[in-house]
Amino acid sequence: MFVARSIAADHKDLIHDVSFDFHGRRMATCSSDQSVKVRAEPGSKRDLARPATHSGSVWRVTWAHPEFGQVLASCSFDRTAAVWEEIVGESNDKLRGQSHWVKRTTLVDSRTSVTDVKFAPKHMGLMLATCSADGIVRIYEAPDVMNLSQWSLQHEISCKLSCSCISWNPSSSRAHAPMIAVGSDDSSPNAMAKVQIFEYNENTRKYAKAETLLTVTDPVHDIAFAPNLGRSFHILAIATKDVRIFTLKPVRKELTSSGGPTKFEIHIVAQFDNHNSQVWRVSWNITGTVLASSGDDGCVRLWKANYMDNWKCTGILKGNGSPVNGSSQQGNSNPSVGSNIPSLQNSLNGSSAGR
Amino acid sequence: MEEFDGEPTVTWIPGVNSQKKQMCFDWGPGEMLVCETSFNKKEKSEMVAGCPFIHIIRKDIDVYSKILRKLFNESHGIFVGLQRIEEELTGKSRKAQLVRVSKNYRSVIRACMEEMHQFAVADKDSAIGRQFSSQVSILSAVELIWNLCEILFIEVAPAGPLLLYLLDWVRLHVCEVDSLSADVLGSENPSKHESFWNLPGNTQTLTELELRWQHWHEECERHLQDGTFASNPHLESLCKVLLGDDAALLEHKELLSNWYHFLVTRLLYSQPTVKPMDLHLYAQSSLDLFLGGESSPEPLDNILMAAFEFDIHQVIKECSIALSNWWFVAHLTDLLDHCKLLQSHNLYFGSNMREFLLLEYASGLFAHHSLWQLGVDYCDHCPELGRVSLELHIERIPLTTEQKALKVLRVCEQRQMTEQVRSICKVLAMKAVRNNRLGSALSWSIRAKDAAFATLVSDRFLRDYCERGCFSDLDLIDNLGPAMMLSDRLTFLGKYREFHRLYGEKCFVDAASLLLSLMTSQIAPRSFWMTLLTDALPLLEQKQVIFSAEQTYELLRCLEDLTSGRPLCGEPDAQQLQDDDIETTKVEILRLALARNLARSIIKEGSLEGS
Repeated sequence: MFVARSIAADHKDLIHDVSFDFHGRRMATCSSDQSVKVRAEPGSKRDLARPATHSGSVWRVTWAHPEFGQVLASCSFDRTAAVWEEIVGESNDKLRGQSHWVKRTTLVDSRTSVTDVKFAPKHMGLMLATCSADGIVRIYEAPDVMNLSQWSLQHEISCKLSCSCISWNPSSSRAHAPMIAVGSDDSSPNAMAKVQIFEYNENTRKYAKAETLLTVTDPVHDIAFAPNLGRSFHILAIATKDVRIFTLKPVRKELTSSGGPTKFEIHIVAQFDNHNSQVWRVSWNITGTVLASSGDDGCVRLWKANYMDNWKCTGILKGNGSPVNGSSQQGNSNPSVGSNIPSLQNSLNGSSAGR
Repeated sequence: MEEFDGEPTVTWIPGVNSQKKQMCFDWGPGEMLVCETSFNKKEKSEMVAGCPFIHIIRKDIDVYSKILRKLFNESHGIFVGLQRIEEELTGKSRKAQLVRVSKNYRSVIRACMEEMHQFAVADKDSAIGRQFSSQVSILSAVELIWNLCEILFIEVAPAGPLLLYLLDWVRLHVCEVDSLSADVLGSENPSKHESFWNLPGNTQTLTELELRWQHWHEECERHLQDGTFASNPHLESLCKVLLGDDAALLEHKELLSNWYHFLVTRLLYSQPTVKPMDLHLYAQSSLDLFLGGESSPEPLDNILMAAFEFDIHQVIKECSIALSNWWFVAHLTDLLDHCKLLQSHNLYFGSNMREFLLLEYASGLFAHHSLWQLGVDYCDHCPELGRVSLELHIERIPLTTEQKALKVLRVCEQRQMTEQVRSICKVLAMKAVRNNRLGSALSWSIRAKDAAFATLVSDRFLRDYCERGCFSDLDLIDNLGPAMMLSDRLTFLGKYREFHRLYGEKCFVDAASLLLSLMTSQIAPRSFWMTLLTDALPLLEQKQVIFSAEQTYELLRCLEDLTSGRPLCGEPDAQQLQDDDIETTKVEILRLALARNLARSIIKEGSLEGS
């Protein structure tokens, strides 16, 4: 891996989250300076869009699927989550072609800091979920995608513990009902259910608890379902005192049974404590083949399974405080077809072996 | 059996202090975003002095190299050709074809190497020149490995010719061998040796060759024993070399560039009819003797050793570790799979491994703005996971131009990836609507077969017409054809436009019928009826009678329908009263016009023709 370029983020305080849009062309950042900013290719007209603001530190920012247009959601310490839409300047406007972001709605139901916000998979329509320190997961829907100021609260799921993170199951297969996983960072000793999985039930039209991962007893900071490459089972990554990867295989329901949520066979397929400290974030790449995790050790680690399904760490990103060189190439810029190990070319030239 | 046994590679991010801070990140389709942050929110956030940076990280640097692009393009052609090789071909002809494919791959590598070499030489003092040089070295190593694999695994050289192939291999990659043989030949009795160097073709059997060699070898030994060369230590040493004496060979180590050169030389002089299965014994001992305990084997050595041991899996595994780009292992594994070697070597996950490697390689291609098209073909030839992998990647390709969008859509349509077509068209339609390009939005909705969105866009068109009195994108609406049927609103839009055309062409009777049918067939939305009735006014006011009595009755009925349905609101405000006034006036004008037309049409229909 190598650093292709570095862009000044233009925030006045600590950045809490960065997010790439669906096509990897635009970047959203949110910060303790209470703003959300969107960047594109430096120098392009859509860069430096006027920022969007909350009245407290903004913890997370996320993009909706481009089928719904250019839409962002953010959540903040100010107890709200917000939905933003990009407006392109009218052609008779002096801002012609330039875009700015308009806050379409503010979701004010939470009584405490909103810790995470995530859009549901696109096949569910324009829907998002938030979770708060008050232990409630709220699911909102915009019935008319052309009118983003109308959102209705569809579900409130009580998790009983302060929530820190949520993840929708991205699988769009008809065989899987909508599912959402919730993580809690509650540190009180009585708090047992740090990871809960809720499933939507077509009959009751409600979300019901399907599973609790009882083996996870430490505070959970992040959680992520992997994209589904046609598997019949689900993969869930958890950031807690270490990195854990679970598989959830739906247990075949009897044909006569109805109603209840799916039961799952839960297995842990990997557990890594290489960070040697709290793990704060986990996230899957778009094909679900590589997991990245970020820990208190200041590193980002990449985990991959080979064709035998054995997981290993294949890369580490870390900083040594060296100065940023503007937007030029940095890091391991050894273009090669390519060798990480320079000795491959040395041994060919015969410069080491045998001389 | 993992190919990631090596230490994980470290990438340094500038401007981040991992001692004090942490990093937040996000994945993109081809890149990763990373930024310094602090996760422990309980600490009071210190105001950051400087401006924090976000860094964009890429995995596959090679994809962005202009010269390697040719390698990727050409090898793609060879790959696709290989997949199409007739399955029926067996035995010798198949083998010959596979060898040809292997040689094609190698010539592509060499061509790339030569081009890079030009750049390296032209720029030799700069950092870029050095980069090119190192690229050349790596490609050279890659070709060396591939060549050996071709000899051992694909050509499957049997005992006898095996050494010939290995000689060629060494000669091709290590230039010094020529000078060594010249040295050896120079001072010896050429006749004795020419008969040896004239290795037979297909005319002699292995046994005959062995006998001849044995005879010659014994003669040499006799000369040594008899002290024929005792007077000349140089000649004596040479004789020992010819006898394959290891110590003597090692004395001239400086003429041998590496252990595999040493190996082939040893074999030449001591075991010219070496069998493939015995190769690894000599290989291991050659490596050990050559290194002499002073240095340890390098990655390239391990790869070659694995090849000599016929351990295909180990070769692939070691290459995966040593090379950061999947190009080499993916193509080589695919070729070996076609030689049916992965199964025969008891790699039950063989086909899995092939797909795994090919898809890893293809993933890297999708990140590139034009090489993604190559990636599609690689996915196509992975029966298990190719399709779903393609589905995930293709939606993420940024559709920066209409041309690119059409290319991507064609790829999806050719493969019946209907959901992806729908999604991509929807994204484009939405983008068009938000930029007020209604014609574009409509055509994408039609391509997506998205009735709901087509309705939405048609509504916008109609609203535009009401506001501005004219249509935009007339060409599109006029040529909708059968696509008009996608949604009722779209059909109405098309027909309404047709009405205007007919009116413009003065086909008043047709226009009139069409207008009426739009209301009676319920295709026109209620909200539009007033506009339609108002459109009827000029037709009612014409000198000749256009609407028949029957049609006029229909129109009246529609008008009544419309007016009776109006609810009485509570407290009408001034504006509403004014609007109501306008409405009432319109209705009255219509009623008058319709009544007059009714009268005229009754008279006309009641009269005799011509009067």
